[in-house]
Amino acid sequence: MIVNVENPILEVHDLTVTYSRKPVLWGVDMTLPKGSLVGVIGPNGAGKSTLIKAIMGLIPLSSGWVELFGSPLDDVRKKVSYVPQKESVDWDFPASVRDVVVMGRYAKVGLFKRPRKADYEAADYAIAQVKMTEFANRQISQLSGGQQQRVFLARALAQNADLYFMDEPFAGVDAATEKAIIGILKQMSAQGKTVIVVHHDLQTVTKYFDWVVQLNTRLVASGPVEEVFTQELLQETYGGKLTILSDVGNLLRKQGFPTRDVT
Amino acid sequence: MDAIYIITTGSLVAIACGLLGCFLILRKMAMVGDAISHAVLPGIVLAFLISGSRDSFTMLLGAGAIGVLTTFLIEFFHKKGGLQSDASIGVTFTWLFALGVILISVYAGEVDLDQDCVLYGEIAYVPLDLWIGSNGIIYGPRSLYISGVVLVVIILFITLGYKELHLTTFDPAFASAIGISTSLWHYLLMSAVSLTTVSSFESVGAILVVALLIAPPATAYLLTANFKKMLWITVALSILTSATGYYLAVYLDGSIAGAMSTMAGLFFALAFIFSPVDGLIAKRRRQLYETSKN
Repeated sequence: MIVNVENPILEVHDLTVTYSRKPVLWGVDMTLPKGSLVGVIGPNGAGKSTLIKAIMGLIPLSSGWVELFGSPLDDVRKKVSYVPQKESVDWDFPASVRDVVVMGRYAKVGLFKRPRKADYEAADYAIAQVKMTEFANRQISQLSGGQQQRVFLARALAQNADLYFMDEPFAGVDAATEKAIIGILKQMSAQGKTVIVVHHDLQTVTKYFDWVVQLNTRLVASGPVEEVFTQELLQETYGGKLTILSDVGNLLRKQGFPTRDVT
Repeated sequence: MDAIYIITTGSLVAIACGLLGCFLILRKMAMVGDAISHAVLPGIVLAFLISGSRDSFTMLLGAGAIGVLTTFLIEFFHKKGGLQSDASIGVTFTWLFALGVILISVYAGEVDLDQDCVLYGEIAYVPLDLWIGSNGIIYGPRSLYISGVVLVVIILFITLGYKELHLTTFDPAFASAIGISTSLWHYLLMSAVSLTTVSSFESVGAILVVALLIAPPATAYLLTANFKKMLWITVALSILTSATGYYLAVYLDGSIAGAMSTMAGLFFALAFIFSPVDGLIAKRRRQLYETSKN
């Protein structure tokens, strides 16, 4: 079931992406409403990260096109922010938290210019929002997984964009960080910003998001969470795997085991 | 006077190499620097044969072009051919270097380059090769001017493109997402590496230039966790390497390029053992401290 909207903030039309002739995404066609907090879910290898990378122009498209704010990406880059998976960079890189967050300002600084005082102030403000102020001068190699993710979020906040793409921001973070991050995302969404998040924990989908995109190479569903987060559509997205998952989930719930690691 | 000429030329070359090397090692591309430094050889010989002189401008262009071609071929074999990146580096540079060796041996009579000089460099000749103006004024060693100009170009490149180089090194995906072309900056950096390697060719040679590209930045990396400080430490180490290397060579009456690289390696070993953060002693101390606490 695919719900389309008028005046979408993001429109993806007939998007196909292939890696060495094998399709990873096939004919994805969808529209997303402004101001929504969107969860992109699907099994491993379903093309969730690929979808975001394709929208951001980081990988070549085999067919289709993408429009953000009704324009091609190049015209609206400054209004769009992308948070890569935190594993995609080398955290041993010699840099402090502040150095990384100020990178969020680079697009606004312009070619051949250095970030100014105002840019550092914006970075410090973003660092405060993710509650990392006391770590601002800490070397990034000394951060925990949760702190690394907060730094990436702060860098995106410093960009002050209107549309955010986040690749697995909840992967490998502690419970406190997860709570802090979702709090910030909800706040952003309340301010009319649109946030699109690759997510893999089905338990929290209804609590976190108001719009859900379900992918498994093809687009299975896209719509308000209450309409499309149904057993039937999830079955279609996850195939046989979900029954095992839901059985295990039920079992755990019955026996009162915690379903997530509390760290 | 000769000592000053040699040490200054050595320092200029080492600083240019070291600054670029900082970016190379953080991009995990140290061996690409190695590849370029070897692969520019046919470029040098061809430029020499075409222009008929060692007038270095043509040489820099010819070799620079081959350097960029090398990077392109490495990427091409890796991405399109599905070859592992280290294998594609190995295939590309040995092949180009071999072409250069053949060219030198075939045109030995016409080319005023000999294989020893190309491989090991001969910085001791720097003071002999003077730049003499048309009116007979002696301006000083030619290599000094060339390496000086190259260093200025490199410093300009790094200062003007600092932001872009830094970001494409740390997080290429984010850089492309905000509209900074990672491949453009990749090729610009590789062109800069080619230019620098060629200019340092005569003084330290194809093999030892790698020591200057990698060893000082690797040492600086162990000594600091701040990128700007890493660049400054590299500059200081490069000058130190050049000066101590020269005097070691004089003392031993041996090869200057060899002595410089040896010193670069020695500084690395010292940093590896004594670095306050990452050094062996500091680590051992921390371990002892932890165990005594428990």
